[in-house]
Amino acid sequence: MKDRYYLGVDVGSASSKAVIINQNKEIIKTSVIQMGTGTSGPKSVIDDIFADTGLSFENIKLTVGTGYGRNSLKFADKQISEISCHAKGINYELKKARTVLDIGGQDVKAISINESGMVLNFYMNDKCAAGTGRFLEVMARILGVKIDELEKLDENAKNPVAVSSTCTVFAESEVISLLSQETKIEDITRGIHNSIVTRALALLYKTNMEEDFTLTGGVAQNKGVIRALERALNKKIYVANKPQLIGAIGAAIFAYEAVEERG
Amino acid sequence: MSIINENMTSKEMLDILVDKNMEDARKAKAKGELVCWSSSIAPCEFTETMGICTIYPENYAAVLAAKKLAPEFLEHAERKGYANDICGYARINLGYMDLKKELDEIEFPLPDLVLLCNNICETLLKWYENIAYELNIPLLIVDVPFNHGDEVTEENIKYVEAQLYDLIHQLELICNKPFDMDKFQEVMKIASNNATSWYEATSLCSAVPSPLSGFDMFNYMALIVCMRGKKECGTTFKKLKAELEEKISKGECGLRGAEEKHRIMWDGIACWPYLSHTYKVLKNKGANMTGSTYPSAWALEYTPGNLYEMAKAYTSMGNNLSLKGQTDLRKGIIKEAKCKGVVMHLNRSCKMCDFLQYEIGKELEESMDIPITTFDGDQADPRNYSKAQYETRIEALVEMMEQRAQ
Repeated sequence: MKDRYYLGVDVGSASSKAVIINQNKEIIKTSVIQMGTGTSGPKSVIDDIFADTGLSFENIKLTVGTGYGRNSLKFADKQISEISCHAKGINYELKKARTVLDIGGQDVKAISINESGMVLNFYMNDKCAAGTGRFLEVMARILGVKIDELEKLDENAKNPVAVSSTCTVFAESEVISLLSQETKIEDITRGIHNSIVTRALALLYKTNMEEDFTLTGGVAQNKGVIRALERALNKKIYVANKPQLIGAIGAAIFAYEAVEERG
Repeated sequence: MSIINENMTSKEMLDILVDKNMEDARKAKAKGELVCWSSSIAPCEFTETMGICTIYPENYAAVLAAKKLAPEFLEHAERKGYANDICGYARINLGYMDLKKELDEIEFPLPDLVLLCNNICETLLKWYENIAYELNIPLLIVDVPFNHGDEVTEENIKYVEAQLYDLIHQLELICNKPFDMDKFQEVMKIASNNATSWYEATSLCSAVPSPLSGFDMFNYMALIVCMRGKKECGTTFKKLKAELEEKISKGECGLRGAEEKHRIMWDGIACWPYLSHTYKVLKNKGANMTGSTYPSAWALEYTPGNLYEMAKAYTSMGNNLSLKGQTDLRKGIIKEAKCKGVVMHLNRSCKMCDFLQYEIGKELEESMDIPITTFDGDQADPRNYSKAQYETRIEALVEMMEQRAQ
């Protein structure tokens, strides 16, 4: 029988992600482009996901779009919110996960899910960028480092300092003043990670707080944030292989289910 | 002769009456008659009896916000020193008052007295006090204690009843004429009947599909707020009721051009600056707001002439209830209106609503197993809302409702 393929595309505020799965729910290919909605990111991720696979839209039975830019994906057959997609995606990657914290470019979501990946309840950040991926980007720029260097710096912190979690702009001026006082960049970085987690905990504590806990989204690639979360909760945090792809995986699974499980 | 008649639709009546109410206030002002600014669930029966033209800043602030005219007044109030986390209605109204106080003919005439009842909100006390101070006019307060317990206490009712008698005395002094008890009796009857007609029409939302979208109800609310003491208000709601009953008999749904697939309860005040957006996102998902606290908000039932019962009615308002009272009220609405999901407007303007919502939401989720989403917004300040955040949350809520229905 001919192979059947399903495409999930997650266009966020900071990056675009795509995943192809087949009729056996196996991941065939994934792609991440560090450009989000309103840029060439969505087009690039589609070019990239099909590259070297011999596949094109003609081979895709159904496409589901998710993420902040989901409604601009004209080729998608269906749009599903990133809340449902993260829940579905993490259920595929980490079956035991019941509490999901997703920190994306401009959203933070805390989601309680059940054993089949159904959303039981969810809470999101208010109209403020503190505690999001954008916050980390701003901080990395002030520190003069690349965003992926933060976790290494965090590891070497000896006397972490406190950084405000109330507001990105205030935190920025705090960091500038810490730098001018010659505070070690490693200690500031740890403070920044703690600050993100403090903000996320306010959302997380509203959920059912059921184990296992998992962190998804682009920020989950930063082990400094994972360690900060583990310290704050005193629990092990499970992270999927490619945490940034969870939303796109969930979207692909929804596409799969729409065809394979409902005919 | 009335300016509305039975051949008109309720919507036509609504538009005519809302315009007329404002026009009457402008005429009264021009003739040197008294104009009163009043909070939305204050006892209008008293000013109506005295023939004082009464208009409603909360309603007018909502109108300005919906027309996207609020920023000028919000910013002016903030420049005068009112912090931006004070209620948006208050800032718009205080900004409006200050900007317009030197002008002669304005759309919403300035008051000669103000009347407030803090059964819906505590900010009103300082808001109206400042108006009275700035304009050097009388301030009439009906102070209603918060109901911390399950029942409205006898002491509270008597305390409010005594103030109602005093209100009569104060109005006699301000107007320099005796209070006409016969007319008062008549006005009380009209107001009480109007409240019943409002409830009877809007509670038809419980039909499946609902013949009325909650967002249309928001528009009709202007009448129960502004003209509760006038007969035409009841005529309109009776007409609305007849129209809705006809729609029910035909199985027609209140969503314009969409099928009702989901029924939600809306918790909190409308997000007036984005009324259309908040409506359309729900409508596009087939979600109809069939439940809200508004149908019962003006259900002020009392025997005309009985000030004790009247005091009790004004003291027992939804917003003035304990946490348990507020939660039970919503449980009843969810059941009655057959809602399967809840949208909570985390309204920056109204701290009273917001702070209760967390606990109310938790209790509703636990006891009714109903999915809930919240969104950041404001009843009047457009700066506190994000379209994309609202869309994501509504979509996720509808997805949760769909999954649970499977």
